[in-house]
Amino acid sequence: MTARIGVVTFPGSLDDRDTQRAIRLAGAEPVALWHKDKDLKQVDAVVLPGGFSYGDYLRAGAISRFSPVMETVIEQAKSGMPVLGICNGFQILTEAHLLPGGMLGNDHLHFICRDQKLRVENADTAWTADYEAGQEIHIPLKNMDGRYVADTYTLDRLEAEGRVVFRYLDVNPNGSLRDIAGITNEAGNVVGLMPHPEHATEPLIGTGRTDGLPFFTSILKKLVNA
Amino acid sequence: MSKTPLDTVEHAAATPDVELPWAELGLKKDEYERVVEILGRRPTGAELAMYSVMWSEHCSYKSSKVHLRQFGEKAPQSDALLVGIGENAGVVDVGQGYAVTFKVESHNHPSYVEPYQGAATGVGGIVRDIIAMGARPVAVVDPLRFGAADHPDTKRVLPGVVAGIGGYGNCLGLPNIGGEVVFDACYQGNPLVNAGAIGVMRHEDIHLAKASGAGNKVILYGARTGGDGIGGASILASETFDDAKPSKRPAVQVGDPFQEKLLIECTLEAFAEKLVVGIQDLGAAGLSCATSELASNGSGGMRVTLDDVPLRDSTLSPEEILMSESQERMCAVVEPDKVDRFLAICEKWDVIATVIGEVTDGDRLEIFWHGGKIVDVDPRTVAHDGPVYERPYARPDWQDALQADDANKLPRPGTSEELREQVLKLVSSPNQASKSWITSQYDHFVQGNTVLAQPEDSGMIRVDEESGLGVAIATDGNGRYAKLDPYTGAQLALAEAYRNVATTGAKPLAVSDCLNFGSPEDPAVMWQFAEAVRGLADACQQLGTPVTGGNVSLYNQTGEAAIHPTPVVAVLGVIDDVARRTPVAFQEEGQLLYLLGDTREEFGGSAWSQVIHDHLGGLPPQVDLERERLLGEILISASRDGMIDSAHDLSDGGLIQAVVESALLGGKGARLVVPDGLDAFTFLLSESAGRAIVAVPRSEEVRFNDMCGARGLPATRIGVVDGDAVEVQGEFALSLDELRTAHEGTIPALLA
Repeated sequence: MTARIGVVTFPGSLDDRDTQRAIRLAGAEPVALWHKDKDLKQVDAVVLPGGFSYGDYLRAGAISRFSPVMETVIEQAKSGMPVLGICNGFQILTEAHLLPGGMLGNDHLHFICRDQKLRVENADTAWTADYEAGQEIHIPLKNMDGRYVADTYTLDRLEAEGRVVFRYLDVNPNGSLRDIAGITNEAGNVVGLMPHPEHATEPLIGTGRTDGLPFFTSILKKLVNA
Repeated sequence: MSKTPLDTVEHAAATPDVELPWAELGLKKDEYERVVEILGRRPTGAELAMYSVMWSEHCSYKSSKVHLRQFGEKAPQSDALLVGIGENAGVVDVGQGYAVTFKVESHNHPSYVEPYQGAATGVGGIVRDIIAMGARPVAVVDPLRFGAADHPDTKRVLPGVVAGIGGYGNCLGLPNIGGEVVFDACYQGNPLVNAGAIGVMRHEDIHLAKASGAGNKVILYGARTGGDGIGGASILASETFDDAKPSKRPAVQVGDPFQEKLLIECTLEAFAEKLVVGIQDLGAAGLSCATSELASNGSGGMRVTLDDVPLRDSTLSPEEILMSESQERMCAVVEPDKVDRFLAICEKWDVIATVIGEVTDGDRLEIFWHGGKIVDVDPRTVAHDGPVYERPYARPDWQDALQADDANKLPRPGTSEELREQVLKLVSSPNQASKSWITSQYDHFVQGNTVLAQPEDSGMIRVDEESGLGVAIATDGNGRYAKLDPYTGAQLALAEAYRNVATTGAKPLAVSDCLNFGSPEDPAVMWQFAEAVRGLADACQQLGTPVTGGNVSLYNQTGEAAIHPTPVVAVLGVIDDVARRTPVAFQEEGQLLYLLGDTREEFGGSAWSQVIHDHLGGLPPQVDLERERLLGEILISASRDGMIDSAHDLSDGGLIQAVVESALLGGKGARLVVPDGLDAFTFLLSESAGRAIVAVPRSEEVRFNDMCGARGLPATRIGVVDGDAVEVQGEFALSLDELRTAHEGTIPALLA
């Protein structure tokens, strides 16, 4: 048996089909979910993909957070369903208050697309179990509003509870506080990050690395063994 | 209170003496008289609006048409060509049932006036051309040219253009995989912002811009129509800039990439359900163009009710609605029983869609407003029967002196130390320096099919996940070469793009071009244009790569000063399995470096002559198209049979530039030996065409040499991949650290 992993398409989602491919490459079954539809089609986990939902003309993710599908995603996430937010998906998760903090425009004011070095800080979440804590990986990063910010209390708490999942190494590409690239919620089922693991799943394509594949194998193992 | 009567067809016939503002709309007197002659009466205001935009240089190609015919007349036989010149974009068969459509267009004038929006809507326009053919857009490329890198205005124009391309293309989810950035003072007041796009579809999905079948509905969908971009084609893109005239900013359109992304998805969904008979995007000349082209390409006429067009601004006049170039709009022709389904798909994607008319069995395009008929024309006279000019052209009297000013006679470095300094200066000069500060603002990864992206020799996209089938695209153009000799310069542009595609292992199939020139009213410019077209058409014929479409941008000139003639050529290629692609970066130490082709003393128009001597004179490098073809075949075979692990084409900056780029990208140095019969300076810096360097694993050396020997391609062993420096034996060494600082620091220092 395999697991069914939903990928939500919002208007303006860009990496939805790429994420479906990554799920397929990991051996799970991708299920397309539609933003206007509250029905999650009995998936076992959900990915909110990258893109510019609703054009991101307001704050990134600010409108998508109110779409019908998010009502169910928020409800299910609170009862433990694994949810991964990539880039715009991470922004939506913070707007939906499933993850603390928020994202501002990159400190250099430019869109940035690069092969980004990261350190895995927490390999105990639903989405990172196939990594080892401290492992250094390369994952493509591409965003305009990627500067993670939160108040000092929140940051200290995230650090103390081990909820910083990824940190930027060598270069902080957007001015994120404490080099934070990704975080998780208290239960460890909801993870958000700015870099794009779905773009690092095949040799030859993109940067040619497969450092992102463990995201999708991690969740598959967790769901199948559950 | 009296009200101005609506200028209907009836009213126009009854009031023959009313003066219309034809000159303000960009028409010449004889052109206006021709309109009157066609109609047998004075045009209505709405008709005048349509003729004026459709007969503009930008839309009608009236100055270039007589020359462009050569692309058809000299077109080589090609089984690959499915749709040729004349449609929204050409379509090429790439095998396995796939077809690829691609095209390059200019958005030069708007991008100078308003860099961000000008460049953004350039991307939007070319992408809609691709969708209109039935294809899913899969990549974009952006050949760009700006004024001097250190000129203050470049710092206004370039960051805006780059942000606009990124802002639009990134938001559409299209990987940006190629293009160029060139600086030259000649583009100071006329930057060239060309935009190319590629789309992929199955053969059976090809759609054309025609309205057939009486009773079929004409549906306008996408953004509402506003007052932006009125006269963009006629007033902005078809005249030279002149300080004395009022600002043309309002003629620049404003883009909404989110709307365009929805347009892509909903159009593709409608195609998938086979709901569309004919389709046309709304670009230059907006509704005037879409209605007249759809109607004239189909079998019948068309009736349109302009009152039904959704507006952003309810005060727009019918003339303005017809001329508006509001972005993100498309026009589809749909059978009546499929209209509901089409509208439902649009609603799913939150795209506004409105039936604005229908196909008739007559042969007239009739447009109504408030119940009155304001347009009644034969659509062919609007779309296809525009004026055609045989503009006078003459070889300029300065051409001989320019060619006599031989760059080969410029002082050369006298010592190894001087040569080293010049090489370092060259690889850090703005044109030769790394452009990653620019390209890192573009998304390369989205869609998950990018195999190669800049700074590779060509961008490469996987088309089929199972078989690994892929396509490659490269764009090239060297205005300096073309200035010295436009015929040869255009051929060199094709040769370089062809070579770049072959260097990555793909077989070149077809060509699109964007011909950027000064004012056609200047006989010298017109001669440059005529020569460039003749050169390109001849070369395409010889290389067997037909021109499938493209774009002409004239009036790139400020006052008397025209830009260098700049034909930009895009070559599309196909590769059976992207796993065989050849990258630029050195892969492994110990591999042997071979120089393929002949190196001559050729410095005319070279980067060296520009950077070291600020000189432009002499003749450009010779072209040998048979050699280019042979070189291409060798590079493709070597890639397919695993004989080379990296390759890089040699062009501006010569061999040393290529070696430095391969070394920095691979993080591995090289030891070079100057071959017998060449001096170090010529070896490193000559820009002879028809050359590439390849890195051959030692195990493949014999086989590779045998292949080159048997096919008659000169292959010279020039060194080995090794160490952490680029060393030229007996001359100098430059450490990778020093090279990296020089090569990568320039652009950020100037522009960041």
